Amino acid sequence: MKLITAIIKPFKLDDVKEALEAVGVQGMTVSEASGFGRQKGHTEVYRGAEYTVDLVPKVRLEVIVDDADVDAVIDAIVAAAQTGRIGDGKVWAIPVETIVRVRTGERGVDAI
Amino acid sequence: MQLSAGDTSWVLLCTALVFVMAPGLALFYGGLVRAKSSLNMMMMTFIAVGIVGVLWALFGFSISFGDSGNGFFGGFDSLGLGELLNQLAVNGGKYPIPALAFAMFQLMFAIITVALISGSIADRAKFSSWAVFVAAWVTLVYFPVAHWVFDFGGDQLGGPGAGWLANRGILDFAGGTVVEINSGASGLALALIIGRRVGWPKSPMKPHNLPLVLLGAGLLWFGWLGFNAGSSLGANQLAATALTNTVLAGCGGLLSWLFVERIRDGHATSLGAASGVVAGLVAITPACGFIAPWAAVVLGLIAGAACAFTVGLKFRLGFDDSLDVFGVHLVGGVIGCLALGFVATTIANPAGKNGVLYGGGWSVLGTQTLGVVTVLAYSFTVTLVIGWVINKVMGFRVDEEAEVTGIDLDQHLETAYDFSAAGGGALGQRTARATHTEVGS
Repeated sequence: MKLITAIIKPFKLDDVKEALEAVGVQGMTVSEASGFGRQKGHTEVYRGAEYTVDLVPKVRLEVIVDDADVDAVIDAIVAAAQTGRIGDGKVWAIPVETIVRVRTGERGVDAI
Repeated sequence: MQLSAGDTSWVLLCTALVFVMAPGLALFYGGLVRAKSSLNMMMMTFIAVGIVGVLWALFGFSISFGDSGNGFFGGFDSLGLGELLNQLAVNGGKYPIPALAFAMFQLMFAIITVALISGSIADRAKFSSWAVFVAAWVTLVYFPVAHWVFDFGGDQLGGPGAGWLANRGILDFAGGTVVEINSGASGLALALIIGRRVGWPKSPMKPHNLPLVLLGAGLLWFGWLGFNAGSSLGANQLAATALTNTVLAGCGGLLSWLFVERIRDGHATSLGAASGVVAGLVAITPACGFIAPWAAVVLGLIAGAACAFTVGLKFRLGFDDSLDVFGVHLVGGVIGCLALGFVATTIANPAGKNGVLYGGGWSVLGTQTLGVVTVLAYSFTVTLVIGWVINKVMGFRVDEEAEVTGIDLDQHLETAYDFSAAGGGALGQRTARATHTEVGS
């Protein structure tokens, strides 16, 4: 099993969600995040004083998938989240040792 | 003289309008600071309401409007307000309104003036020290200065109890000197005494809630109509003139501040709109009862543009007047007071004077300048001393850790907002606190 984490542009969340449902992903965790990569931030002006806001709002999306599905899911996310402009985000996968569904106590792939 | 129901209603209504400026200012200031200090910011205004209200009844009204005969300090002849019961108001003549209506109307001015100062020391003042400052400041600065300018003598104009600036014929309809220059100069002095916020000016300290700021600005404008138009102390032509000029100057300030921003920074901001309104209203405060409507528009335009530039001075000069009490209230107040030297006209107010543009010569400007300089110097100096003494005796600031963590938690044991999805209780738990025994004992 793998945990796939995607940092994407907030306005792409709906597209990515639909794309994931289309490849059979049944659940996900979404949180608001902020950060920056090459995109950097922007400048806001209050009463003439400039404030550099270098943390850009992003959406962090996490799904746990079976090893066999990893490439398809990553491809789906990338295809849906891509605008081609700077700041599109990152996707990565890391191994997951175990997973338990709290309601039933099921373990491993059955709990996904 | 018979009591006038119309005049009395108007002044009572305006008293309530001016009172709304206090919560309005709390919202305006509360939105301008960071989320972690918004409660403390608002509490600084609310505690001022309580303290000044009580002191006003005890001796504030007496010091401001009593008749000691020296022109500088009103004396102690109407302590406790009891002697005002069932009397008519007197202030350089008799007015057909209750003396208590006049006293309460004037109280609201004292409250808002000291509350304005709190903006210059946002995020870092010990609440207890601020409370002591409020009491000391209104006693030593506001009450005497109000006497100088607002006390026109007993039941005849220029009677023995009149203030020395009032006797010289200073034109200040609703407090350009007493309220605006007074709070602005004091705010600057206190910001110098108490020092910069931790991290200023490098760390970002942007406003945390601009809708609150806009709501506050709206309430201030609403209340300011009573502040200025109520200063006629009657439901009459002069009240309508003052109200008209107050509306127009607010509009002018709003437009010119936004214009400066659009040209200089590229965007017209909501904070610019709120600030411009206040700048225009500050400038019209001394002038609203002495000038024609066209001059109110021009005055608002000038004040909005000027203050949009002067709020940046603190970054060049290195003082942390956090919410621009100096940049808006002192600068706007000076502009309004001096403008009267040019555009005051007896057409608007037969009891006023003519400025240079209306053939009145330069003497009006001279008197206005005298008032501006003396009030500015007095309030700046005395505030420096009060602030210095409080800082020495009890300390004026919270410690650095408390300031960075958030003054709300440190001084009030509260936080303004809980946006966590889990809700307020889920991440902590209610601890029984029925007794004050030590935890763990």
